[in-house]
Amino acid sequence: MQEVDVRLDRVTKDFGETVAVDDLSLDIHEGEFFSMLGPSGCGKTTTLRMIGGFEEPTRGTVYLGGRDVTNLPPYRRDVNTVFQSYALFPHLNVFENVAFGLRRKKVDKRDIDRRVREALELVDLRGFETRKPSQMSGGQQQRVALARALVNRPKVLLLDEPLGAVDLKLRKQMQLELKRIQEEVGITFIYVTHDQEEAMTMSDRLAVMRHGRAEQVGVPEDVYENPQTEFVATFLGASNLLDGELKEERDGISTVLLSGGDVVRLPSSRAPFRVGSAVRVGVRPEKIQIEADEGGEPPMGLNRVRGLLRMSTYIGVSHQYKVEGPGGAELTVWVQNLGARPAPRPGERVVLSWRPEHTFAVLPQGYAAEEEEAV
Amino acid sequence: MEQPVRSDLPVAERKGARLGRRLAPYLLGAPASLWLALFFVVPMFTMLSLSLQTCDPVTLACRLTWHVGEFPQAVGEFHAYFLRSIQYGGAATVIDLVVAFPLAYWIAFRARRKSFFLLMLLLPFFVSFVIRTLTWQFILSDQGLILGTLKNLHLLPQDFHVLATGWAVTAGIAYNFLPFTALPLYVALERIDPRVLEAAADLYASRSMAFLRVTLPLAIPGIFAAFLLTFVPAVGDFVNATILGGTSNLMVGNIIQNKFLLFTDYPAASALSAILMAVLLVGIALYSRVLGSRTIEEYV
Ligand SMILES: Nc1ncnc2c1ncn2[C@@H]1O[C@H](COP(=O)(O)OP(=O)(O)OP(=O)(O)O)[C@@H](O)[C@H]1O
Ligand SMILES: [Mg+2]
Repeated sequence: MQEVDVRLDRVTKDFGETVAVDDLSLDIHEGEFFSMLGPSGCGKTTTLRMIGGFEEPTRGTVYLGGRDVTNLPPYRRDVNTVFQSYALFPHLNVFENVAFGLRRKKVDKRDIDRRVREALELVDLRGFETRKPSQMSGGQQQRVALARALVNRPKVLLLDEPLGAVDLKLRKQMQLELKRIQEEVGITFIYVTHDQEEAMTMSDRLAVMRHGRAEQVGVPEDVYENPQTEFVATFLGASNLLDGELKEERDGISTVLLSGGDVVRLPSSRAPFRVGSAVRVGVRPEKIQIEADEGGEPPMGLNRVRGLLRMSTYIGVSHQYKVEGPGGAELTVWVQNLGARPAPRPGERVVLSWRPEHTFAVLPQGYAAEEEEAV
Repeated sequence: MEQPVRSDLPVAERKGARLGRRLAPYLLGAPASLWLALFFVVPMFTMLSLSLQTCDPVTLACRLTWHVGEFPQAVGEFHAYFLRSIQYGGAATVIDLVVAFPLAYWIAFRARRKSFFLLMLLLPFFVSFVIRTLTWQFILSDQGLILGTLKNLHLLPQDFHVLATGWAVTAGIAYNFLPFTALPLYVALERIDPRVLEAAADLYASRSMAFLRVTLPLAIPGIFAAFLLTFVPAVGDFVNATILGGTSNLMVGNIIQNKFLLFTDYPAASALSAILMAVLLVGIALYSRVLGSRTIEEYV
């Protein structure tokens, strides 16, 4: 693949008792849009700060473009940051804030003028040149912070929730702009966000972080379709998880006996565990078909469980169903509103079915506590 | 007064609440205004009028005669003292700024126990101004702790002296007014968000660049305040000149004091005070025009 641009090699950062980043290794490729997702306090900002040079790792090494920069001060790294807290210069107006980096690099005066105006145009802040940061709204300040970093066209741009305070419409527009710049100029983006949709749509790859570690790193589709831990399965999108035991593995097909008595099958590559392990079998809500239970057999080769429809919510483009499955497990089902079939009603017995290749398995782990933290 | 206006109250009462809210700032400002009027405006006009009066040298009974002669005479006779005051006060202020800035910077950004060091800075203030200055007289005396020792070691000639020179006065003023310089600087530096300095480093500013382009401009209001709080009282000071300066290094403050207490020449003393005030006000107005409308950014 492409060259590695940013490499974290077994990086740890302790703050006294707190381990903010825990033995983290990451390779981020040149020109890549790489996102970091994770609950509050999982170490995203700290990771960015170590790449930017504001925090020295307790252990481990940071490489930029193959060079060990662990002890290099920020101003000697060709990296710019959009800070979570904006950190605009209060004594400078918007123009001078954005021009700050260019002036330090002794860029030609006329070029500065042009590039600053372009950058301000990009973040939709034309005409704000002479305002002071204190005279702007949070979202506007955030866009100044974005322009101030972008204007330098660094090799690597670190963005710590850069659109968090921007309203939805402008946010969509700026997501497109950011993606365009990133591809045109070939900047490596390391992007922290709380917005899953943003991470999924914009990233080439993403990392789901937890407790200072990367739980899973990969292409958004892979991480979504094949989460490798229970945490990832529930943090990135919604998942239905059913307890069971891995019973058999034959011809690339694994069989799991659910605690409710049903048997489901899935490709063995999606359940790389020893036979006999306790596992949780997962399936995404939109992958499930729901129909009234008429006693008949569904098409061969599908996984299926029976249940009682508890609740049906109409959301316009789709229906959301809550189904009480075998052993009392609650399952969520989203069905696109095609209007082809009559929707089942609450209180009816239903059959849920889905394809084995849409099934995944993870090892059970206590995750409830962290999930609360994440909200 | 901050209660929301209740619509179920009679109209008159609601009006009262609104009136109260409108009056609140004035009511809150009243004590300070009264204080200023009583202890600043009245004495100032008394002083100005006194400078235009003529007094009987024996009975000290004064009469307003609109005699303006005191002013040219004060300037003619004592302009050297004005210049000397500005020189000593200015030099002491510069020394204080140079000493206090690193000190305040260190306490604001580096020190662990800030309040401890601030207390250390203020501790000399718990001793009377005069006693502190007398101590310096003792320390700097010709055969004292420092000079005596150095002379005994033949590192200094026997007739070397510091007391009764402008240096001693300047040093005394600088010493006495240091906290007035350090505290406003500390407050200004302490308010600077360290994350802004990180942003500067992120945008290719070395430490010295970040200092020049971010820390210093953000500290300018503090520097301005420190300058005012030091320079103004320093120029008018007479204690240091009296105790450390001997007879040949007197400042305007000494002249005013003497005219008032020794010679009871109230009109002359008042005229001198008025001139000193005018000089300082004009100087400060010019100075604030320069520092107020521009930042260091535009100089470099
Ligand atoms: N300077 C510091 N001193 C002590 N602890 C810190 C410091 N900075 C961060 N931490 C701790 O390290 C952990 C990781 O913090 P970090 O700021 O990296 O989280 P984050 O993933 O960016 O969270 P958020 O999504 O809320 O921004 C947290 O537990 C935090 O309390
Ligand atoms: Mg953060």
